[in-house]
Amino acid sequence: MFKKILIANRGEIACRVIKTARKMGIATVAVYSDADRDAMHVEMADEAVHIGPAPAAQSYLLADKIIEACKATGAEAVHPGYGFLSERASFCESLEKQGIIFIGPKPKAIEAMGDKIESKKFANAAKVNTVPGYLGVIEDADHAEKIADEIGYPVMIKASAGGGGKGMRIAWDKSEVRDGFDRARSEAKNSFGDDRVFIEKFVVEPRHIEIQVLADGHGNAVYLGERECSIQRRNQKVVEEAPSPFLDEATRRAMGEQAVALAKAVDYQSAGTVEFIVDKNKNFYFLEMNTRLQVEHPVTELITGVDLVEQMIRIAAGEKLSFGQKDVKLNGWAVESRLYAEDPYRNFLPSIGRLTRYQPPAEGPIGDAVIRNDTGVTEGSEISMFYDPMVAKLCTWAPTRLEAIDAMSDALDSFVVDGIEHNIPFLSALMQHPRWREGRLSTGFIAEEFPDGFAPIKPDESQKGVLAAIATAVELLRRDRLDRLAGRLAPHSGAIKPDWVVKIDDDYVEVSLRDGMVSIPFEADLSINGGKVVTVASDWRPGEPVWHGTVGRQSVTAQLRPDPKGLRIDWKGMSVTTKTMLPRTAELEKLMPIKLPPDTSKMLLCPMPGLVVSISAKEGQEVKAGETLAVVEAMKMENVLRAERDLTIAKINCKPGDSLAVDAVIMEFA
Amino acid sequence: MRDVLKELERRRDEARAGGGAARIDAQHKRGKLTARERIDIFLDENSFEEFDMYVEHRSTDFGMEKSKVPGDGVVTGWGTVNGRTVFVFAKDFTVFGGSLSEAHAEKVVKIQEMALRNRAPIIGIYDAGGARIQEGVAALGGYAEIFQRNVLASGVIPQISVIMGPCAGGDVYSPAMTDFIFMVRDTSYMFVTGPDVVKTVTNETVTSEELGGAKVHTTKSSIADGAYDNDVETLLQMRRLIDLLPSSNTAEIPEIECFQTVSEHDLSLDRLVPDNANKPYDIKELILKTIDEGDFFEIQESFARNIVTGFGRVEGRTVGFVANQPMVLAGVLDSDASRKAARFVRFCDCFNIPIVTFVDVPGFLPGTAQEYGGLIKHGAKLLFAYAEATVPKVTVITRKAYGGAYDVMASKHLRGDVNYAWPSAQIAVMGAKGAVEIIYRKDIGDAEKIAAHTKAYEDRFLSPFVAAERGFIDEVIMPHSTRRRIARALRMLRNKDLTNPWKKHDNIPL
Repeated sequence: MFKKILIANRGEIACRVIKTARKMGIATVAVYSDADRDAMHVEMADEAVHIGPAPAAQSYLLADKIIEACKATGAEAVHPGYGFLSERASFCESLEKQGIIFIGPKPKAIEAMGDKIESKKFANAAKVNTVPGYLGVIEDADHAEKIADEIGYPVMIKASAGGGGKGMRIAWDKSEVRDGFDRARSEAKNSFGDDRVFIEKFVVEPRHIEIQVLADGHGNAVYLGERECSIQRRNQKVVEEAPSPFLDEATRRAMGEQAVALAKAVDYQSAGTVEFIVDKNKNFYFLEMNTRLQVEHPVTELITGVDLVEQMIRIAAGEKLSFGQKDVKLNGWAVESRLYAEDPYRNFLPSIGRLTRYQPPAEGPIGDAVIRNDTGVTEGSEISMFYDPMVAKLCTWAPTRLEAIDAMSDALDSFVVDGIEHNIPFLSALMQHPRWREGRLSTGFIAEEFPDGFAPIKPDESQKGVLAAIATAVELLRRDRLDRLAGRLAPHSGAIKPDWVVKIDDDYVEVSLRDGMVSIPFEADLSINGGKVVTVASDWRPGEPVWHGTVGRQSVTAQLRPDPKGLRIDWKGMSVTTKTMLPRTAELEKLMPIKLPPDTSKMLLCPMPGLVVSISAKEGQEVKAGETLAVVEAMKMENVLRAERDLTIAKINCKPGDSLAVDAVIMEFA
Repeated sequence: MRDVLKELERRRDEARAGGGAARIDAQHKRGKLTARERIDIFLDENSFEEFDMYVEHRSTDFGMEKSKVPGDGVVTGWGTVNGRTVFVFAKDFTVFGGSLSEAHAEKVVKIQEMALRNRAPIIGIYDAGGARIQEGVAALGGYAEIFQRNVLASGVIPQISVIMGPCAGGDVYSPAMTDFIFMVRDTSYMFVTGPDVVKTVTNETVTSEELGGAKVHTTKSSIADGAYDNDVETLLQMRRLIDLLPSSNTAEIPEIECFQTVSEHDLSLDRLVPDNANKPYDIKELILKTIDEGDFFEIQESFARNIVTGFGRVEGRTVGFVANQPMVLAGVLDSDASRKAARFVRFCDCFNIPIVTFVDVPGFLPGTAQEYGGLIKHGAKLLFAYAEATVPKVTVITRKAYGGAYDVMASKHLRGDVNYAWPSAQIAVMGAKGAVEIIYRKDIGDAEKIAAHTKAYEDRFLSPFVAAERGFIDEVIMPHSTRRRIARALRMLRNKDLTNPWKKHDNIPL
């Protein structure tokens, strides 16, 4: 076994690998860029080597720097994590030349599977089901149109070297092929330095289900069940689970066996993932093979009990797989939510900044469930614009799917993140979504269920009651404390006012204290809108961000953020501002005018902090709805800002190359 | 007997009706509350005792004798805010537009005197049309009587003015002499002369909002210390402020139970100061993580944002915070920031509120605009204020403390009681680049030598230890222990006893 390995990655995956290495008694070496000097993976590793400036192209993507770092530290092997150099065959070859072991498959397998066209040929040869498509090199847009016509619409145009959602476009009819081809090609070139693209049939209502395989250098290979990753937003996975609620045992076995056949066909020696799309009739087609550890690998680990990183290290060290297919048992259900630094209320645009608060739920067993949080950040860490905006992968395991989902919902409710915008509200909303809970999924789920983007869930009447009860409990404690404020005119009477009005966004809920102690722990009976009396109990103390307690028979975990405008409460994807007032104050408050935010309809605002790539319009120009006005780049993604209606440009306030803050006015309309 | 009781009820009802239902409706339509409604929200329920509700003006000119309304445009009295005595006067816009008559002024003066005599805060709520022209000099005299009481009470009891409608002419000077002014956005404005006069005299066309709205006074003129969206929010915030303030200059600091431990490390603070000395960070995060429950009442939030001032509590007791803000102009001290902080420091010193200062200051802002604007004098105000303050002063240098600005920011030399520095502190005359170019002028052409000199300078001076070796820093502390250190220091300083030499008053460079 290795004595020391280097992890050629950053963030949560570097931390993840270090954890297993440490468990195995292997010393670890981290590498870091300027932006990651104080990053968690650097602190966790036994040694750390600086490899360059912040941009990945000048640090984490430089194979030579990694090799130098190995030599300098005496690391015998390199775990590449995912992304960066993980699927670059040339990197493995360079390592091999230096006598350093790559913890992953052999270069040939990477090469074969890394190219989407090549991989399909291999799959066909191994008798793996594939999607109809054109495997040759596409010369130009005309050629693309011809091929698309032959396959039949819709078609998908995809970067050959691609991964994730980058360099991928769907054309629903002929008119979209040309633009899609051009864009896919330019994105492919920018992201992967390789502008080859291919075209294939686009399966409608598809589910994304992938098989985890493990294969050693001694001809043994097993599959570790599947993961369903159908909850995607613009082809980026958001929520994954294992097993899939859709597969039956026969389909699972058929997919698993094909996956293993493919792995064997390319002499695969490591952990790998064979991605399939599955249509509504459980027909499955090979999509691609990811020759690396997947982001969502923890769900497989949670249901199989296999540490995939450990297996990768053992296989790389030449060990034989210690178990066979019959030893693989799927136990319970696991769900993973990816926490991204993105603003769900602004169409998921990236958000950067300092994590002023980062308090994940405690890991480990809680009731029948288990919580796992893979992260590479800590309170005070900086989410920079240079890398992937994923902050953490929150996983829950439970004996059944619904229990795992409910555990996830609670875990999300208690996950405190401040300083950046993040998608927890959206993930929470997803966990409440009936279609998700029923498991009726497709990769179009988010686009279909949230066609107009995401807005906070509006509380229903009973939820308003719960929110009002929490707000009142908090206010009663505040008042009780002020009743003991030093310097009072007379000792206070102990008579806490019983009647309150809670304003929740624009609604008013009447709450009355019927019975109980206003103290910590809090336990009192409150009547809501003159009706039902509920007992509210909590040991919450002022200043704590998470309110955990019971309202009636319901267990509630909510987050509280006081501000001068009131108390913000976040719970199950709801986010409301509450104001708890005495009845007289509430009566007068109703007289207050509603203040509308300033009219920004005549401006194009920069939706996120980023760099202006291009401005497509001129001052005085008339623009039709849908035409491109400007392109802003952030987090390596180009965002095209289009005209929402027909308009005339009055003034342009910036030029390409300018770095803009969120809400900066890019241009004004007449 | 019953008839006289009925008569009292009748007269009370008449007085409480103010200017009548139609005027009250009009007030509501403008998005404003009436004087009595405002008092209802501000004071504890049923705690208001009104005085002088039957007072009427005595004017007989211009037919005024025919038009009398009990109360005469101002509601005065006292009540409690969370059980603590507060005196209140609120201009009643529904009665003569809240305009000030001699009798109206007498009511205000009476309350001012009671507040001063009984050592309790006074709040004035403004929504008025200025002097009652019909009364002429009698009204002007009334103003001056009020001003005089404002001045006598200054530094003895907290005086707060809340502008909730028009406030013009003579009305503006009483608020201007109080400790704090707050405004309501869109429905309040303050100016000495209104848009009509401005148009006549200077030919400028300007709206009331542009001339003296909340935005102008919180961002440009610094007249107002804060602004809120509506009457209710404003008054509830005033309750929050009162809870933080001692009742007088001899009263104890109000203390409430503190639920948040001071002993817990906040490791995120170890990452607050970025590696790159030119990269900003938000000093408010440090304030919020130092005080109890992150409950911060900021003063002048929108003005001179390169310095942050405001109140919070540590272990349940009020503390005033002054902090350079690296996010804005690198936290530099300019005229505006100096004046803003100086006034805040003096308020705290008046009322025995301990001052915690967070320092990250690259110096004073250079340039003709600043020098012509009297930076020397304005900077001196802050220096003066810190130097004369006798309240407990705890200072933490987080990063830069350069040049004269180091001296100014509650340094040890200005009787700082406990002066801490984070390991990231750089206490020096100036940054390395500037210093090296002066010390080694002859080597300026030689990049290599300059780099070596810069490195040497950085190693020697850009740390807290040169200052700590001299005792200018009492202790170099871990950022994560800041709350605990400050809480302990403030506990130790609770019985601090320091007095300045007797004087009639000082002569701060105004």
